[in-house]
Amino acid sequence: MSTARKLTMAAAIAEAIGQEMERDPDVFVMGEDVGKYGGIFGATGGLYARFGKERVMDTPISETGFIGAAIGAAAEGMRPIAELMFVDFFGVCMDMIYNHMAKNIYMSGGRVRLPVVLMTAIGGGYNDAAQHSQCLYATFAHLPGLKVVVPSNAYDAKGLMIQAIREDNPVLFMYHKGIMGLPWMAYYEGSTTEVPEAPYTLPFGEAKVVREGRDVTIVTLSQMVHKAVLAAEELAGKGIEAEVIDLRTLVPLDRQAVLRSVRKTGRLLVADEDYLSFGLSGEIAALVAENLDTIALKAPVRRLAVPDVPIPYSRPLEQFVIPQVEDIVGAAVQMMSAKAAAGARP
Amino acid sequence: MNASREHLLWMYETMMLIRRYEETMAQVYLEGKLPPAIQRGLAFDIGSGPVPGEMHLAAGQEPVAVGVCAHLRKDDTVVGTHRPHHFAIAKGVDLKAMTAEIFGKETGLGHGKGGHMHLFDPEHKFSCSGIVGASLPPACGAALAAKKRGRDQVAVAFFGEGAANQGAFHEALNLAALWRLPVLFVCEDNKYAISVEKSESTAVPWNADRAAAYGIPGVLVDHNDALAVYEAAGAAIARARRGEGPSLLEVRTDRYFGHFQGDPEVYRPKGEVEELRRHDPIPALAAHLRRENLLDEAAEQEIEQRVAARVREAFEFARTSPYPKPEDALRHVFH
Ligand SMILES: Cc1ncc(C[n+]2csc(CCOP(=O)(O)OP(=O)(O)O)c2C)c(N)n1
Ligand SMILES: [Mg+2]
Repeated sequence: MSTARKLTMAAAIAEAIGQEMERDPDVFVMGEDVGKYGGIFGATGGLYARFGKERVMDTPISETGFIGAAIGAAAEGMRPIAELMFVDFFGVCMDMIYNHMAKNIYMSGGRVRLPVVLMTAIGGGYNDAAQHSQCLYATFAHLPGLKVVVPSNAYDAKGLMIQAIREDNPVLFMYHKGIMGLPWMAYYEGSTTEVPEAPYTLPFGEAKVVREGRDVTIVTLSQMVHKAVLAAEELAGKGIEAEVIDLRTLVPLDRQAVLRSVRKTGRLLVADEDYLSFGLSGEIAALVAENLDTIALKAPVRRLAVPDVPIPYSRPLEQFVIPQVEDIVGAAVQMMSAKAAAGARP
Repeated sequence: MNASREHLLWMYETMMLIRRYEETMAQVYLEGKLPPAIQRGLAFDIGSGPVPGEMHLAAGQEPVAVGVCAHLRKDDTVVGTHRPHHFAIAKGVDLKAMTAEIFGKETGLGHGKGGHMHLFDPEHKFSCSGIVGASLPPACGAALAAKKRGRDQVAVAFFGEGAANQGAFHEALNLAALWRLPVLFVCEDNKYAISVEKSESTAVPWNADRAAAYGIPGVLVDHNDALAVYEAAGAAIARARRGEGPSLLEVRTDRYFGHFQGDPEVYRPKGEVEELRRHDPIPALAAHLRRENLLDEAAEQEIEQRVAARVREAFEFARTSPYPKPEDALRHVFH
């Protein structure tokens, strides 16, 4: 009997963790309010009741302490999942993440295994201001040694979480608050999807073509995928066919998927909720630039991202700095009439 | 230390103001956040309405703010937390500008950039932050500046009992003790850090005892009472002003609302809040003032009216103020 069962992304993540906890006694969860509360964003909902407080551990507000402990337990062969409530709080524990979690495998010449998952909430759009609204995935992807997973929907989240738990490498699993399907925060409903009950994995490093199109490639991820799809629908009404690529993981990055699409469309638009400079959009643009021997661009690359300011609180300010559907539409429309310099053509 | 008539009445009126403010905010915060105004299927939408985002209210915790701030001057520094309104009000931050900030308006303290958790008022030397534990080190810095310049200003860092398990707490206590800084660390023990009880997060029963590890005085005020806080804070602040170094003060206090508005409070035993409210520190102080003949019914009514008017004006000002222009988002990254 196959029932089309839909789950929110939060429920899918919790289900993935629960199934792995059942399968493997070495898997356990640590974090602030992951127990009775079920995680502020529901990523551990129901797990405390099923597994008890020894395996779903509420921690003190001591991020350096418990994330460091997750590293230590992982080195012993356990499979901890630590939750950093908001990625913005990385500031109080970055040493453990950047200098230890990300480097110990390498510095040990591959002799240490670190099967640890650090999951964390990202993103803005609900006026929580500069210390609770960042994405920062590029910050983590920048430093070698962390796999970085940024799902856009429930189906992907479950498969990627199970894969993350089974990895012998540290994985940063970043869920956007505005697609978790919480009953207290507006969200993009496309993120609530059918999710098979049986455990499954999705491989890292495989982007997904969410929508095919011939005119412009929109490279994106996480919540922005949903904005891009809405934009693509609007663009279709204007006769512009956009191809939407959901990167799904940043490390590893599916470079071929990007190149394949831009070779076809000749136009690259990156839609990103992280900061503009020195980040994801620059990386994708550089990738295309490095391959101009095989890509004929029809228009200059365009990047939409937060314009190098902290996320402001006030609604009109936040709406202005975070790329919206109409920004994507506007950029794509402009790109259709823009021209690349003749010299750029092979 | 016996409180002067002036201090007593100020504490009472300020507690009334804080309470009225927080209760009003709780109401206003719900505007536009409930069905049918929101996305179908949601019970509540945190990002909607005139006051969006998280909202942490401090009703019940007034004694901590007023008992400490009664001893402070305008040129003393206060660093607050993610739950900052009571501290800001007690430190003298302009109510209108603060409310306008919480509404995200151009006339707000930070022109709408900061919001409820990020109130900055350099004139009254108040700031706060959404990062738990972040109040203590900057308060050390303010105290260090006073000390280097030979001034008798002090600094106060407020923080929750949950924050006392952050590294920043321990680093700051050591720094302050080592450098004999004129700083007071005030721990608000409201029993919970979101859903996690202190007994589930903290290895020792009292954070005040942790002061001993750094060789500084640690004082516990074990009931939610403005006069008791006033007395303990007075001694510690006087000590700091005399250049005798830092202290840690821990106050057992009560949070009447959820951690944030919209908190389902699944972790709270039924009836707990009703029980806590039976020990409301505001009527308790009123009773004391009446016994001391400092307050009668007429005076009480006058205070109530004054407080209500101030809150009404502040919200009115915030509502009617304009939003900043969207492009203003690009300003103020640097000077
Ligand atoms: C570094 C950091 N970790 C976690 C959080 C999330 N958080 C916000 S408030 C809070 C609880 C704080 O408890 P406490 O210090 O007791 O203050 P209270 O909320 O009770 O006033 C937590 C965990 C945060 N804001 N910053
Ligand atoms: Mg607390």
